[in-house]
Amino acid sequence: MTASVELPPKLSELVDDFSEVGVKDRLQLLLELSQELPALPERYAGHRDAMEQVHECQTPLFLAVEVDPERTVHLFFDAPPEAPTTRGFASIMYTGLDGESADTVLGVPNDFYLALGLGEAVSPLRLRGMAAMLARIKNQVRSAR
Amino acid sequence: MGMSPPVIRRLLTEGASWSLIRENGTRLGAMPVQNDTDPKLSAYTHPERLVTTQWLAEHLGEPGLVVVESDEDVLLYDTGHIPGSVKVDWHTELNDPVTRDYVDGQRFAEICGERGISRDSTVVFYGDRNNWWATYALWVFSLFGHPDVRILDGGRAKWVAEGREMTTEQSKPERAEYPVIERDDSTIRAFKDQVRAHLGKPLVDVRSPGEYSGELLHMPDYPQEGAVRGGHIPGAASVPWARAAAEDGTFKSRKDLEDIYQREQGLSPDDDVIAYCRIGERSSHTWFVLTHLLGFPQVRNYDGSWTEWGNSVRVPIAVGTERGSVS
Repeated sequence: MTASVELPPKLSELVDDFSEVGVKDRLQLLLELSQELPALPERYAGHRDAMEQVHECQTPLFLAVEVDPERTVHLFFDAPPEAPTTRGFASIMYTGLDGESADTVLGVPNDFYLALGLGEAVSPLRLRGMAAMLARIKNQVRSAR
Repeated sequence: MGMSPPVIRRLLTEGASWSLIRENGTRLGAMPVQNDTDPKLSAYTHPERLVTTQWLAEHLGEPGLVVVESDEDVLLYDTGHIPGSVKVDWHTELNDPVTRDYVDGQRFAEICGERGISRDSTVVFYGDRNNWWATYALWVFSLFGHPDVRILDGGRAKWVAEGREMTTEQSKPERAEYPVIERDDSTIRAFKDQVRAHLGKPLVDVRSPGEYSGELLHMPDYPQEGAVRGGHIPGAASVPWARAAAEDGTFKSRKDLEDIYQREQGLSPDDDVIAYCRIGERSSHTWFVLTHLLGFPQVRNYDGSWTEWGNSVRVPIAVGTERGSVS
């Protein structure tokens, strides 16, 4: 798979956390992550038109990407509490990529999420939202150049 | 059918005591959980297939009652659920992991047994999104002929909106013995060849208008489950599934449902009807409405649905907003 490509440290740690536990605990981990997704800052709260919708997620997910002058990436996500799986996916992105450099984010393999071993726990179909999330984040980082 | 099975047979249950088992697998002498006599429900043909939130709140914990949550979101149950309820996931549990099919009788017996469901349990399903996945789980349970299956009218959203109790405490159901029942795919399930043979008879397409006309190759916001061709099965009426649900997630009244399916769409209880959507989940909601609320005795759900039809070679397809017909 993607073992040869180095993931940013926090994302790599998450992959390790997921792959070290059984299927049931992976769901528990995802649930905890979903609860840790930070709330939107004021400039985005209630301003979904300023965010991009990830249509590939089963429940509406909105994201915003900012690249600061130091080329550091900041990520913002909005998904309703009744969509914990989508929130969990967003939280993986946030925990693993927020604060990384633009180049690091662009270098994350598109299929990194396979290594989380979530296919069995949530079904491969549900996982595709995560791939779409990463693709959209990368697009926004590219266009912020 | 070959030899007809005896009406009553003896079964050795755990604990090595004999009990008498009816042909449908339920135990003789088991006390059924009473029905909800709410007047809104009694207008439907099969009011025994529904319970109100009030009824459920009053009957929680009653012996013989198992409450099952079935959601689109695999984690939603874990964020809080009705006390004592158990979870069934449509994706990872009701589907066979390899073949595109449902689990077999052996696996179904395990799924039920683990959740404390025996053949004579009253199973009340509830879930997110207007009970979309709850009716799907009920339909799969019906393939195995589970006798007493019911839907919580209004589902998870209504229960939560009414401020009723939710818990994150893990339910620990006592394991039950569930017999291995052969799935019956002949009565409420339709396959592609049967749909081909059915062309010209009533079909209900329950997808969104964009999917029906062929503008969209997938459900709005769900592009991952697409098809290579857009449109609908020729002759199919377009009745998006959620039209059967009221604002609060409950089923619309009998009269309102008759207005939609009978007066507006011209369906009749004598009709042989096949409902479909994309993978058979939204259409199990419509199957429930037609079968249990309006009392149509011959309704089948085509679970292959558009992800099979719209990807099949040389099947007829109608494009646009008209029903179309087979030439």
